[in-house]
Amino acid sequence: MSATVITITSGKGGVGKTTATANLSAGLAMQGKQVVAIDADIGLRNLDVVMGLENRIVYDLVHAVEGACRLRQAMIKDKRLEGLYLIPAAQSRDKTAVSPEDMVTICDQLRPDFDFILIDSPAGIEQGFKNAVAPADQVLIITTPEVSAVRDADRIIGIVEANEKGPARLIVNRLRPDMVQRGDMLDTNDVIDVLAIDLLGVVPEDESIIVSTNQGVPAVMENNSRAGQAFRNISGRLLGQDIPLMDTQAPTSWLERVSQLMRRQ
Amino acid sequence: MSWLNTLFGRREPSSREVAKNRLQLVLVQDRVNMSPHLLQTLKDELISVISKYVEIDAHNMEVTFTQSKRQSRLTADIPVIGPRSE
Repeated sequence: MSATVITITSGKGGVGKTTATANLSAGLAMQGKQVVAIDADIGLRNLDVVMGLENRIVYDLVHAVEGACRLRQAMIKDKRLEGLYLIPAAQSRDKTAVSPEDMVTICDQLRPDFDFILIDSPAGIEQGFKNAVAPADQVLIITTPEVSAVRDADRIIGIVEANEKGPARLIVNRLRPDMVQRGDMLDTNDVIDVLAIDLLGVVPEDESIIVSTNQGVPAVMENNSRAGQAFRNISGRLLGQDIPLMDTQAPTSWLERVSQLMRRQ
Repeated sequence: MSWLNTLFGRREPSSREVAKNRLQLVLVQDRVNMSPHLLQTLKDELISVISKYVEIDAHNMEVTFTQSKRQSRLTADIPVIGPRSE
């Protein structure tokens, strides 16, 4: 085995990096792969809580980097999904506790034992981001269809390409097809036109994400979650499967479309 | 009578269209790190350099940054009136 290291980043905070990392890690494990997720957001850890593993933390990434434990001891094995592991971030340190070189060393140690290493990047362009991107073979950019998120994503894409970690691929998150139809939200094509990178997938806005975070069960593990389905599809695409984009069009009747026209006065 | 405008296809742009236009403009600036003020300075300097060689119609000159894929381009469209008047 030799793992592919995928870093999930965005620039903008709150657009869904941690949710995506949790769900893609679980999604890949559900397809039989050996996956380790690493939370690189030192000081503000969240991947543990989104994955529902917060009560199992004994050692974390910083302990492993500083030699206070063996790397295996910092790995939490998910009991629900075979092949899924988490290395949590430290909560009481900050991004300076780890260097980009440390991250490369950690990933090199993990590569022989895993199919995928997914790294949850913090927001921003500073040390935490640099740490997260240093070991990457592939970079996934998460954005929402909003002006500030897309602008920040553009900056990140530029930095990723300048550091020869490109080409990055895009996930458009929290799309609301009803708002797109009303002309109140950018759609996926608008975002791709502007950012000009390849699209990996689209995830619709879905309340089930909040519920799944409340419960600590990634949405991919739920049958009735549209967002979960989208993340399962993206996991498949990461494995090279040819999965068409979900139909995210909100159904409209002829009458609705006429009244939309009238409303634009 | 704004419904007439709708009938003839003239309507206010949706917030989605506004957002896309604004994004395209702001990203062009972000990518080359150039404010509108700096662009004007660039334009003024271009006028003075080119005017040393040919006479140009500075008022109808256009200097723009455009994007294709992730490649930025600076385009100067300059009407040339004739040789430099000695």
